[in-house]
Amino acid sequence: MDETPDTPSASTPEELTQLDPRYKTLMRTVAAIFAFALFIAATIAEFAIDGWTGVVWLPAVLVIAYLVIYLPMRRYATRGYSLAEERLRVVRGVLFHSDTVVPFGRVQHIDVDQGPLERGFGLATLTVHTAGSHNASVSLPGLAHEDALTMREDIRAAIRRDTQ
Amino acid sequence: MSEAETEARRTDPKGFIVRAAMMLAQLVIPLGVASVTIFDDGELTGKLAWAAPFIGALILFNVLVAYLQWTRLTYTVGDSDIRVESGVLSRAARSVPYERIQDVSLEQKLLPRLFGLVEVKFETGAGGKDDLSLTYLSEAEGERLRELVRNRQEGEVTIADGAEMAPVEEATPLFTMGSKRVLTFGLFEFSLAVVAVLAGLAQQFEFLLPFDLWDFDQWEQRLAGPGQWLAGLGGLAQAVGVIAAVLTLAVVGVATGLVRTSLREWNFRLEQTAKGLRRRRGLLTRTDLVMPVHRVQALRLETGFLRRHFGWHGLKVISLASDSGAANHDAVPFGQMEEIAPVVETTGFALPSADLEWERALKRYRIDKVVLAALFLLPVTAISAILADNWLWLAPFGSLAFVMLDQWWGWRNAWRALGDRQLYSRHGWFTSSLAIASRVKLQSVDISQGPIARLRGYASLHLGLAGGRLRVHGMPVEEAYAWRRALCESMARNDFGELLERSGS
Repeated sequence: MDETPDTPSASTPEELTQLDPRYKTLMRTVAAIFAFALFIAATIAEFAIDGWTGVVWLPAVLVIAYLVIYLPMRRYATRGYSLAEERLRVVRGVLFHSDTVVPFGRVQHIDVDQGPLERGFGLATLTVHTAGSHNASVSLPGLAHEDALTMREDIRAAIRRDTQ
Repeated sequence: MSEAETEARRTDPKGFIVRAAMMLAQLVIPLGVASVTIFDDGELTGKLAWAAPFIGALILFNVLVAYLQWTRLTYTVGDSDIRVESGVLSRAARSVPYERIQDVSLEQKLLPRLFGLVEVKFETGAGGKDDLSLTYLSEAEGERLRELVRNRQEGEVTIADGAEMAPVEEATPLFTMGSKRVLTFGLFEFSLAVVAVLAGLAQQFEFLLPFDLWDFDQWEQRLAGPGQWLAGLGGLAQAVGVIAAVLTLAVVGVATGLVRTSLREWNFRLEQTAKGLRRRRGLLTRTDLVMPVHRVQALRLETGFLRRHFGWHGLKVISLASDSGAANHDAVPFGQMEEIAPVVETTGFALPSADLEWERALKRYRIDKVVLAALFLLPVTAISAILADNWLWLAPFGSLAFVMLDQWWGWRNAWRALGDRQLYSRHGWFTSSLAIASRVKLQSVDISQGPIARLRGYASLHLGLAGGRLRVHGMPVEEAYAWRRALCESMARNDFGELLERSGS
C-alpha cells in the first residue's frame, strides 16, 4: 500500500473501455467557450491597467492553456467504463476519484440523452437509474450515440433475462 | 361489487364538514387581526354591523368553495389502478397502478377522528408530497381500500367479493408501549432544540430587555453596579439565581420532550400480520401503517448518550415508503434489546453475531482529518487572536478541539463488519447508531477517493440503498475493492424486481 496505485485498474483486473475520442474534443469545445469569455475579460483588464503588455494576458493565457489543452486530456484519461460481468462500472475523476458499480439487475430505467453540442459531435450520455437514494442515477457521458444505444439494449436485454 | 367498483366514488360527506370547520378555524386568526386593526378606535357596534355582512359572505363563499371541491373530488378503484380526479376550475386526474403502491397508510388527525374519518395515503416511494392521498373517508372505507390494494398486489386480480373477504387478521403483538413506557421515553427525549429556540428568542426580542445582552463592556459595568450589590449578598444568592435559570430551561426542555413524545407515541402497538408489520400510534393524531416485511431494505439500531446506560434502544426500518416525511419507519422507538430482538427476527434480518470481525477506519484517515482541520483552523485562530479583540479566537480553536474529539470518538466507536448475508456499520456521536443492511438488497457500490485519500491509500465506500444511504469511510483501498467484489456477487444473485415483489413475476 506504500506505492499508490496510479490507475484504479491496478486494484481490479478487468479492463476499462475508453470513452469516444470525440469526447475530448467536446470537452475542449466547452472549455474554449469559457476560455473565450475569460480572454475577453483579460483583454479589457489589460487595456484598463497601465503597465507592461501581458501583465494580465500572460496568466490568462496560461489558465486557458491548462483549461483547454491539459485538463480535458487528464479527464479523458481518467474516465472509463466497463460492462463486464453483467454490471456497469463507471470510473471518473482527476482529483476526486470515484468508481461506481451498478449491477444490471438493479437498473430501474435507462436514459440516453443528447445535448445540442453532443448531437453535433454524435455523442450521447447514458444514465441508469436505480431505486437507491444515494447514487440513484449514474451517468456516463461521452459515448458515441450508437454505442450508447447498443449499451442500452444490452442492459435492457440483461434485465429482461433476469426477470424471466 | 366488482361492477360497482369501476364507478367513481366521492369522499365521505362528513369530510366536507371537517374541511369547512378547518377553513373557519383558519379564518378566525385573520379576522381577529383585522378586527383589532379596524376596530381599535371608535364605537364598536356600529362598525360591526357594517362589517358583519362582508364576514358572513366571506364565510359563505368559503363553505361554497369547500362544497364544490367536495363534489368534484372523485376516486375510482379500477382493475389495475386507482384514479383520483379533482379540481373545480382546473381538473386534475392522477392514476397510480397497484404495482407501484408501496403501502397504504391511514392517518387520523384530531378533528376527523371525532367524526370517525381517516386520511388515506397511497405511498408510491415517490417521496412525500407526490403521493396520492384521499382526505377524508370513513374508517371502514379506508380499511376496505387498504385491504383491496393489498389483495390486488398479491396477484388476486378479481377478489372474491360479497362476503367482504378479509377475515379478522390474526395479529400477534410484537411490541407495545404502555403509558409508563411512553413517559419514560419522553424523559429521555429532552429537547435541546427548544432550549436553543428559547435562547434564540431571547436574542431576537432582546430589544424588549432593558439592556443589551451581547455588549460585554456594559456587562462589566452592570456587574460592577448591581452585580456588586448581588455579590454583596454573597455567593449563595448568585448560585441560587443561576440554578433557577438552569432549572427553568431544564423543566421546559423535559416538558417539551414529554408532551411531544406522548402525542406521537401514545398507545404504541406493533403487530405481526399476514401482510407485514402493522403499527398504530398517536394520541391526538392516530396513524395506522403496515410495513410489508419483504420490502424492508435495512435496519437501523439507535441509542442515545444517556439512554445507552439504561439499555434503551430504538429500531428503525428503512424501506422505500416514507413515514410522514421521515424516510425511516420507527418499529421500536424505545425498548430493551430483548424486546427488539424478536422484531429484528421478524423482518428477516439478524443482529450481529458475537464472532463477527469488526474493523475500524484507518488511523491515518483520522489523523489526516485532524491535520487538515488544523492546517486551516490554527492560522485562523492565530489571526483572530492578533487582529480581533474579545474572545473571538475561541470559535476556530473550539472547532478544532471539536474536530479532534470527533475523530478520537470515531476511532473508538466507529466500526464496520461484513457478514455472510449482511453488512454492518456502526457510528455516531452522542447517538450511537448501527446500520444493518442486507447484502442482496443493495443498489449500487461506489468507491471514492479524494487526492489525499489516494496519496495515503484509503477510500470511502458509498452504498446505494433504496430509502437510505450507507457510507463507510477510511477503508484500506484493497479492502474496499474486496468488499465491492463480494457485495456485487451477492447482488447479482437477485433481480431487484424479485426483491420488491414476493411473488416474483
